[in-house]
Amino acid sequence: MSLDQLNSLSSPLSTQQIDSLKQLTASMSAIELSWVSGYLAGISQGGTVNAVNTAPAGKLTVLYGSQTGNAKGVANEVAAKAKELGLNVELSSMGSYKTKQLKTETHLLVVVSTNGEGEPPDDAILLHEFLAGKRAPKLADLKYSVLGLGDSSYEFFCQTAIDFDERLAALGASPIVPRKDCDVDYDDDVNEWTDKALGILEQTLTAAVAVSPSSVEPVISTSQYTKKNPFKATLLANPKITGRGANKDVRHIELSLEDSGITYQPGDALGVWFDNDPALVDELLTHLAIEPQESVSVNEHAITIKAALIEHYELTQLHPGFVTEYAQAINSSVLIELAQSKELLREYIADRQIIDVIREYPVAISSAQLLKALRKLTPRLYSIASAMSEVEDEVHLTVAVVEYDAFGQPHQGGASSYLAHRLIEDSQVRVFVEHNDNFRLPAPEQNVIMIGPGTGIAPFRSFLQQRDNDEAAGENWLFFGNQHFTDDFLYQTELQDFKERGVLNRIDLAFSRDQSDKIYVQHRIVEQGETVYQWLENGASLYICGDGSQMAKDVHQALLTVIQTHGNKTAEQATEYLINLRDTKRYQKDVY
Amino acid sequence: MTDVKLAANEYIKADSNLLRGTIEEGLQNNITGALYVDDTQLSKFHGFYQQDDRDLRAERQAQKLEPLHSFMLRARVPGGVCTPEQWLDIDKIAGSLTMNQNIRLTTRQTFQYHGILKRNLKPLIQALDTSSLDSIAACGDVNRNVMCNPNPVESELHQEAYQWSIKLSEQLLPRTNAYAEIWLDGEKVTTNETEPMYGKTYLPRKFKIAVAVPPHNDVDVYTNCLGFIAVSDNGKLVGFNVTVGGGMGATHGDKETFPRLADELGFIALEDTIEVAKAVITTQRDWGNRVDRKFARLKYTVQKHGIDAFRAEVAKRSGVDIQPPKDITFTTRGDRFGWVKGTDDKWHLTLYIECGRIKDVPGKEIQTGFREIAKVHKGDFRMTSNQNMIVANVAEADKDQIEALARQYGILGERLTPLRKHSIACVSLPTCALGMAEAERYFPEFTDKVDELLVKHGVGDQPIVMRMTGCPNGCARPYAAEIGLVGKGPGRYNLYLGAAFDGTRISKMVLENGNETEILADLDQRFERFAAQRTSGEYFGDFLVRTNEVKAVITSAGDFHD
Repeated sequence: MSLDQLNSLSSPLSTQQIDSLKQLTASMSAIELSWVSGYLAGISQGGTVNAVNTAPAGKLTVLYGSQTGNAKGVANEVAAKAKELGLNVELSSMGSYKTKQLKTETHLLVVVSTNGEGEPPDDAILLHEFLAGKRAPKLADLKYSVLGLGDSSYEFFCQTAIDFDERLAALGASPIVPRKDCDVDYDDDVNEWTDKALGILEQTLTAAVAVSPSSVEPVISTSQYTKKNPFKATLLANPKITGRGANKDVRHIELSLEDSGITYQPGDALGVWFDNDPALVDELLTHLAIEPQESVSVNEHAITIKAALIEHYELTQLHPGFVTEYAQAINSSVLIELAQSKELLREYIADRQIIDVIREYPVAISSAQLLKALRKLTPRLYSIASAMSEVEDEVHLTVAVVEYDAFGQPHQGGASSYLAHRLIEDSQVRVFVEHNDNFRLPAPEQNVIMIGPGTGIAPFRSFLQQRDNDEAAGENWLFFGNQHFTDDFLYQTELQDFKERGVLNRIDLAFSRDQSDKIYVQHRIVEQGETVYQWLENGASLYICGDGSQMAKDVHQALLTVIQTHGNKTAEQATEYLINLRDTKRYQKDVY
Repeated sequence: MTDVKLAANEYIKADSNLLRGTIEEGLQNNITGALYVDDTQLSKFHGFYQQDDRDLRAERQAQKLEPLHSFMLRARVPGGVCTPEQWLDIDKIAGSLTMNQNIRLTTRQTFQYHGILKRNLKPLIQALDTSSLDSIAACGDVNRNVMCNPNPVESELHQEAYQWSIKLSEQLLPRTNAYAEIWLDGEKVTTNETEPMYGKTYLPRKFKIAVAVPPHNDVDVYTNCLGFIAVSDNGKLVGFNVTVGGGMGATHGDKETFPRLADELGFIALEDTIEVAKAVITTQRDWGNRVDRKFARLKYTVQKHGIDAFRAEVAKRSGVDIQPPKDITFTTRGDRFGWVKGTDDKWHLTLYIECGRIKDVPGKEIQTGFREIAKVHKGDFRMTSNQNMIVANVAEADKDQIEALARQYGILGERLTPLRKHSIACVSLPTCALGMAEAERYFPEFTDKVDELLVKHGVGDQPIVMRMTGCPNGCARPYAAEIGLVGKGPGRYNLYLGAAFDGTRISKMVLENGNETEILADLDQRFERFAAQRTSGEYFGDFLVRTNEVKAVITSAGDFHD
């Protein structure tokens, strides 16, 4: 473009500005012009000078609903990329998003995960309900796309994402790109969806310089260590903390975060990358007649197939996709037929690991076929069991070692067996913190009821350490349960000490196998119902951590019973009561 | 009260509201498997000790778990007699309410359970009660289980002596209602309850009574605080020679403490038995040392005041004319293994139980065996003071069946050396809090090694009383054994020699803190000399004294340590 062609219609400049620019540049040599162009470019990128003042042509809103922090992390990345492209981005958790703002949106990206049985994550519940309700607005002007995070080994894979997609479409919104449902190794799918969606949005939304009102969360992560760039933490100790008679091997893992600058809060989780068992890899390769030293390409690097399987691929958790792919690879009619029935397939994968399928159908296949069937390794998340105020630059975890016999063979969990058996003291583990704002202590003067059977005790050890160090005035009540008093009372001596010192004000215990009837924490909650209700009425916050498939539901039911009985309420009112607690952040769950 | 500072236990007892303390609150406190500290002293009066598995202490500390607390409960079974129905209950309780699931016969003719978790204490005591058994005063600063020679041969005489042991046990029980209230859901006593004989601080220390029927001194009568030695006339019991001031316990390195055999108080007529027993107890109650528990046993009271002053006090309190002792003779201390026939033509089978442990091991299903015997047995069972068991009062017609069962389950049939037949050991590690070295778990292996030495020197058929304890408190009465081993540290024992075979003289330390090699080397030399120089029928302990290898202990206080 030459200056002669420059006019106010083809540029953002006014006629006056154009004249000034013409005057300034008319007398300049080529070298001077070049220098000035660099100067102006520097000013515009540094953003320190109010050089231009343009109105944004449109804004992109990125909403996320996240339970463990994965969806939040992805949404952060999406927003950061959009910003890089010069888009005006607003990033928000669904939990803090005002539903009435929805009708003013024009461009929306939704990143949402799905809980075990197809329910939305806690912070997505309100918006999820709102969109299906009568008060949901018409959204004919809205362009959107949904990214779902889930785990295909569950029946209701990415159900919440499907719900959002369908509800937005039903309200008249039109998709930018189709919804993408991502499995646990979601990186590649996320990138593909993001690039496609932002590619279109970049054209639709005119670049704007000004970014984000003050209420919007910072997009930048607080630590340089992330899932993709984990910190190598040194293992300080991994003692077994169940007794000799215990059926379960539970480990107390202590890691050093020294010099990492990593910080975490009670309620956060630690992501742990792990290596698969080399012996398992050897066995698997033997069954498939693949040479362990064979070279393969992973992330554009050539490594041996053995190293690839140890470090980069999921080998313990079996997912339906593997069975389907493997059935094709070995051309097994039995397996192909089985894979065609969703129900049979679910049943088949329920208690099997990948190695079980291969042991059952050992057929020589190529390394490429194998890698195609496998998913990328994903880190495991563990609720943090320590508070920095107590342990400073350490982080502690409570890990149940997954070990069981099935199909005549011993089986192990990938990450837990790595932490318990394959790591030795002073070796290094790749970790990163996943912040979880949906599991946070209340103000120090508030009372706290913690329900954490089994390894669900982990975040409450962190809570108690924090409350202790804060000298918090609020009282603390723990419900803990496990199989046997003598062998499975996790952190018994520490809890005794907390009790002795008055940090732990009440503790109710349920050891399921110490008597003929099975007694669980929910029974103790009902037994203590009157006091539980009193505590809630007095403003106590309620926390549940542990097994989500059964325990959390039973506890929820017990709480409803308690509220009905002692609050003299109907079933509906009791439900309302708990919803209200949840909405005011006084009923928080960390379940898995 | 003077302003002298008493032993800590004295204040615990005084403040316990007659043995209640805070035991009930402690049972409710389910964050720990332990009782409140002070209550662990009171629990003894109810028959149980708090213990923990010492093998697991360090391991559990690393696991952030408290010590594996459990309780050892000892029953009160005067004279060690129980019915087959009771035995079946005892066995069932072991299987359902204890971690160890087995039964331990003790050196005081009763049984104890190990590994009772706190939550099982009450159900267990209630189950015992259902079977007319209890654990009242089985431990603690009171009169404990009364021993009585389980002598089924002189049937009538034994029966009379046994009846006296029951009477003594009943008469000397604490009167507090605490046991019934805490364990049996008994009505709470609201009136001013008193403890007429004991008073609210009970005795300064434990108190032990045995009834012996000569010529058998299996109950080790002289090692008891109070002994009743049956005196008979033509097979009829006419009275007792009473002995006072025996006791085993000592403290390593403290020469003020010593094991002691009882002094003769004198002969009393039968009808004066209870009054004299009460007078001895109240004298000890008032004269005993309540400042230092190490010196609180009756033996130190008798030593301090002299037997004459003590006898005068007992005579004054009881109003009984105490006569000079009658002549009696003891010839045996062990049990008479195998079948013996009583004067009433009933048969009695004495079975050897290694270290008194009734449990099943491959090839020796002792626990199952006794269960099967109990199902068919029509007589009774008698636990002996040597930790063995008598299947007593078997009719001629039932004899074969009982014997067949005993053989089938490996309780009978093993060849036992005379040394083994005369050997006993306490429990010690891993449960006893006092144990410094192994006893029960190591003793069988040690006995084999000593037997090898005896055989080597050609004296393998010599009966020798050998006993081992894990600490100097002397539960297995080691100082009254010809070979006594008292634990000092892991793998280390003090070796005591020179006691009389019949229990009338205690031993003296000849080797301190020895390991197995040193102890066996010491015994090896002495056995060699014993084999060469013994006189006809001479016992090992007597030989050592006669040849001046070991100086005889006569007064204990003056000569046990020198």
